[in-house]
Amino acid sequence: MSCFQEPSLYTIKAISILDNDGNRVFGKYYDDAFPSLKEQKDFEKNLFDKTHKANGDIIMLDGFTIVYRSNVDLFFYVMGGANENEIMLNSVLNCLYDSISNVLRKNVEKRQLFENFDAVMLVVDEICDGGVVLEADSSQIAHRVSVRQDDIPLGEQTVAQVLQQAKEQIKWSLLK
Amino acid sequence: MKMLGSFRKDKKDEESGSGIPSVVEKAQILQEARTFNETPINPRKCVQILTKILYMINQGETLSAREATEAFFAMTKLFQSKDNNLRRMVYLCIKEMASIAEDVIIVTSSLTKDMTGKEDSYRGPAIRALCKITDHSMLQSIERYMKQAIVDKLPSVASAALLSSLHLSKHSPEVVKRWVNEVQEAANTDNIMVQYHALGVLYYIKKNDVLAVNKLVSKLKSNLKSPYAHCFLIRVACKVLEEEGGGRESPMFAFVEQSLRHKSEMVIYEAAHAIVNMKFITAAELAPAVSVLQLFCSSPKPVLRFAAVKTLNRVAISHPAAVTACNLDLENLITDSNRSIATLAITTLLKTGNEGSVDRLMKQITGFMNEISDEFKIVVVSAVNSLCHKFPRKHAALLSFLSNMLREEGGFEYKRAIVETVITIIEENVEARDTGLSHLCEFIEDCEHTSLATRILHLLGREGPKTATPAKFIRFIYNRIILEHPAVRSAAVTSLAKFGGTSDELLPNILIILQRAMLDADDEVRDRATFYYHVLCQRQKALNSAYILNGLNVSIIGLEKALHQYTLVRAKLALVTADGDPSVTMQLTVRSTDQIVSEIIATAAG
Repeated sequence: MSCFQEPSLYTIKAISILDNDGNRVFGKYYDDAFPSLKEQKDFEKNLFDKTHKANGDIIMLDGFTIVYRSNVDLFFYVMGGANENEIMLNSVLNCLYDSISNVLRKNVEKRQLFENFDAVMLVVDEICDGGVVLEADSSQIAHRVSVRQDDIPLGEQTVAQVLQQAKEQIKWSLLK
Repeated sequence: MKMLGSFRKDKKDEESGSGIPSVVEKAQILQEARTFNETPINPRKCVQILTKILYMINQGETLSAREATEAFFAMTKLFQSKDNNLRRMVYLCIKEMASIAEDVIIVTSSLTKDMTGKEDSYRGPAIRALCKITDHSMLQSIERYMKQAIVDKLPSVASAALLSSLHLSKHSPEVVKRWVNEVQEAANTDNIMVQYHALGVLYYIKKNDVLAVNKLVSKLKSNLKSPYAHCFLIRVACKVLEEEGGGRESPMFAFVEQSLRHKSEMVIYEAAHAIVNMKFITAAELAPAVSVLQLFCSSPKPVLRFAAVKTLNRVAISHPAAVTACNLDLENLITDSNRSIATLAITTLLKTGNEGSVDRLMKQITGFMNEISDEFKIVVVSAVNSLCHKFPRKHAALLSFLSNMLREEGGFEYKRAIVETVITIIEENVEARDTGLSHLCEFIEDCEHTSLATRILHLLGREGPKTATPAKFIRFIYNRIILEHPAVRSAAVTSLAKFGGTSDELLPNILIILQRAMLDADDEVRDRATFYYHVLCQRQKALNSAYILNGLNVSIIGLEKALHQYTLVRAKLALVTADGDPSVTMQLTVRSTDQIVSEIIATAAG
């Protein structure tokens, strides 16, 4: 049967976020399997076609194992090689989703994501670096990627923003 | 805080969903980068612009070296700001541009300052950015900082340094190898990610020395805090086993085996997966691994079920008996909502099923086949194929299943796979021949794929005469001559001729049919019919063998000569046929066939 593959820390081939039309919101490819943009986009289209209706959190496609999750109008994908530990891939996916959810204050949908795109990019950067899992615990990620709202001086925020912030704070303190 | 809100609006106006900003947009964004030169720096605005640049690149927009370098240089001004978010975005941009812009090493001193500075949240990301821009020549100058960072108390710093070491080893392996002591120290940490990264680097440094790797595993296996490190170490242990040619007495094997009882699912699975792939493993040793996988099969988490059934599928190839214990769990998975899981379950069952379960399995699969895509259907058919080899006595049930599938909807590749499987059964199993051929006859009555129809007709011609009652096939084939298009009709003619060539009692009927075919609208059909008719009329076994039952053997050179002669005497022959002399007509017919063959060869040669 198969001889054992060379052990490697490079376990993540790609991380991708698509919208509900299958268009790329964010995509990072760590492997040379899809060198050109066109190949990446073709793959994403194929992947989207097979997953946006299907039940299930895992699929094999073109020699990759892909775990995925969706919410409202976003689809999150983490891809590894065919022989990768699927449970490890899933833990990375959960970290990705939970961290982004933290950043977007539980409002995981496209508009919110675009409005906090910088934080989302930092999250992905803290989870995976060049294909190696850097961190898989979402509370650690939250700590490292804190977009501190109080950085904005009060004068620059609109009244609406201040009220919104106050509302959020009250909501979270009630939930504790 | 609207990062890309306004940006997205502009984008939507001018493109139709491709997501790539036009050249005008790119120029606009890069123009905005000039804002970086303004003082005082407005962090919010700068973060917005940096985000737009990164988004643009992510969507596939390419920057020229000049554009990237200009933007990069403007960005360096931003180090003057103390804004946390801005600094982090600058690091991201540096990493993204590192491969496109030129002279990126100018930020080396800024990054080195950040890496060793007081702001903890900068240190890790600064290290990672620094290593992206550092090449072999510069590496010596930061070596001191890297070694310090690897053993730093802060996990984010240590991880960043270790990861970067791994990336750097691609172009500077000898330098990284000098840091082995620091990496070794880092491997003893309690932090689960740092241990994982340190182990990765350690293995990389030592991998060419099997003894050193062996020692590495022995030392670390009792000190593993990290499930990620544990999984990695299992893989290393397997590699050692393979290279040393070790077996069950090796401590490497013991380590993997006991990992089956770890508390983390990830580790348990890695161990089970490793054990089933070991070449020397016996069925008894497989049992604990298989029972773990069996448990996963009934997990509520789809990922676990998938991982388990995929691994069991592999086991079924080499040790089908070991998987039999899981058959009940696998049968439950046939109705799993995830189609990949269901397909894997079925193909595993097909490999491990015994003769008694074949009928039941076929029934279960039939219901399931309608819901899966062609890709998966082909996987199932090839599993059925191997079942045919294993249980030749079950050919009746298998053939009926396959012919049902042939009647259903499906693409060409799928139908072809089924036809090939049926043909395999027919060829290997004399008892199945009759039924198999009948099923195929039914199929060609309504087959839209010419290549499949001609293949089947060819097979019928070869195998049909050998059956007990060849006559029943003749009607099917005859219908093809009447109903189908030329390619199929010609194949049918050839097929019929073979029946005529082998059976004396069928010959008169065949001759009548061939005579009718000689009046066909298509050249090829007419030529073949005429040829076969005349050969068969001679009633000589030798002629039949040479021209009908076996393939035509023509020498290319002889062919060319004959063709040449034919073109020369064409006019003469035309006069003669008007005369009606049968012997000359025979010569003419033979030459026509030669011509047909040579035309085919010529077309094939391009």
